[in-house]
Amino acid sequence: MNRKKLYPWYFASGAAVLFFLLCFLPGIIGIAYSFTDWNNFTNDIRFVGLDNYKRIFEGNSEYLLYIKNTLVFTVVTTIAKTVVGLALALLLTRPFIKMKNFQRMIIFSPQVMSYLVVGLVFKSMLHPTTGFLNNFLQDIGLGALAKNWLTDLNIVFPTVMTVDTWKGMGYIMVVVIAGIMSIAPEYYEAASIDGANFFQQLKSITIPLLKPVLVNATVLNVTYGLRVFDMVYSLTNGGPGNATGVINTAVYKEFSKGDLAMGTTLSSVLFFVVLALLYFIIKSMEDTEV
Amino acid sequence: MSKISKTIGHIAGNIISLFISLIVLIPLVVLLLNSFKTSAEADKMTLSLPTEWVFENYSTVIEQGKLVSSFFNGLLYATGSVVIIVIVVSLAAFVISRNMKGINRFLYYFIISGIAMPINNVSLMKVMQAFHLINTRGGIILLYAAINIPLSLFLAYGFIDTIPREIDEAAVIDGCTPWQLFTQVIAPLLKPIVSTLFVLDFMAIWNDFTMPLYYLNNSQKWPMTLAVYNFFGAFQNSWNLVAADIMLTLLPVLIVFVLGQKYIVGGVAAGSVKG
Repeated sequence: MNRKKLYPWYFASGAAVLFFLLCFLPGIIGIAYSFTDWNNFTNDIRFVGLDNYKRIFEGNSEYLLYIKNTLVFTVVTTIAKTVVGLALALLLTRPFIKMKNFQRMIIFSPQVMSYLVVGLVFKSMLHPTTGFLNNFLQDIGLGALAKNWLTDLNIVFPTVMTVDTWKGMGYIMVVVIAGIMSIAPEYYEAASIDGANFFQQLKSITIPLLKPVLVNATVLNVTYGLRVFDMVYSLTNGGPGNATGVINTAVYKEFSKGDLAMGTTLSSVLFFVVLALLYFIIKSMEDTEV
Repeated sequence: MSKISKTIGHIAGNIISLFISLIVLIPLVVLLLNSFKTSAEADKMTLSLPTEWVFENYSTVIEQGKLVSSFFNGLLYATGSVVIIVIVVSLAAFVISRNMKGINRFLYYFIISGIAMPINNVSLMKVMQAFHLINTRGGIILLYAAINIPLSLFLAYGFIDTIPREIDEAAVIDGCTPWQLFTQVIAPLLKPIVSTLFVLDFMAIWNDFTMPLYYLNNSQKWPMTLAVYNFFGAFQNSWNLVAADIMLTLLPVLIVFVLGQKYIVGGVAAGSVKG
């Protein structure tokens, strides 16, 4: 049978054309425009070389803060979600836990909600005077712990990252549970005959066998963290001041201001960071496979 | 001795998992309760039952928040895009997974790179303008389809790989053309993956608000998710109404979640386990 004839490549063209025109092409055009002074106020676009990149990386620009925030957000939320998700998965696969499936469903449920809605839910929960959290702390006599969760410069970024973990931990939990279920029970039987306790089994069986799952989850978490927009936009919109600004909220800010060249430059910087990261990941995977 | 410590361990484990479930559940319960309170009572959010149940909050919100039209906008965008995704992705996944060579191989890696790559929303505007897609319903539907193609292709590819090739061979011997092979033999076997794609993509699109924020400047075309944000800005001091609006926005997704749980969890797990 002629495979080329039986499986004509043009069956894939619909998906390829849509993806090319609306995802890939903007990325390429965006890099080209990052060397210009494209904006909303004049029609002629001039070539300015690396000026936009200089504005980002020279001196102590606000843009560097956005890049730093993005990296901090990525690292902290990735670790937090992986640790909490893994712990929850281990706990909710133990035989002695009651109503396992129900609890799994509850903990996964924020995953299906819109980031915007989660942002609004927590905006109302964390309101300093009317919100649930501060009222609750006062009612149980811990009023001293009540804080301006979303306006205090020192705690607003940790708050945002905590809410993001609240939303994302169930996803990692479900993924890890699927991984745990696929481990053959014989390993554990053999280990308990040899007298291994829970933590020894965890260290020598569960974690090593979950490694591929955890690597995949980490890749997803990292690429999500670098591209984060919705969560920050809906909770704080980058404020107070620039305290919680990340790359993609800055892109939107520049877009609204009409400084399109700066927006597309920031987007391109993010593009290069993710590209480098993917290259690194694929390379290291190929090395381990060989 | 060890039996006692084991029992204590079991109880502690149950308490911890219940505690975490409560942390997830409480914000939603608080909002649900507050959505039935009077404006004055909802001013201080607590876990107490409303002293007087105000069901009119919901009808107020539906009227003031333009929820009916934004609900149908969201439904149109999600359904339209999902139909496009399912058609183009299952065709592509079919030929790519059957013949992973040359141009097919390139197309596969080219498209799934989109799972991780960020989208440049600023220059995307330029492209949308060039195709006259900006501020149109059709444009947003095509855009959502394009964005969700990479992950969908990845999942569909993994699924079609599990369908035995002997089926194709038998069909070819019976005289099937490629198109007949796909529509009459393969497509009917794709029901499980189509359901997964339908549910996952539907929810992703329903929940998104970034694209309308950038590319739909007319609030009449906004989907429900963006409408609730606008409502929040306008009614920030009436927490009872805000809570009711949030509840109504959550309702469709929660219904899809409960009905399609199997597909969601299966799709999520397949997406990361196969990798």
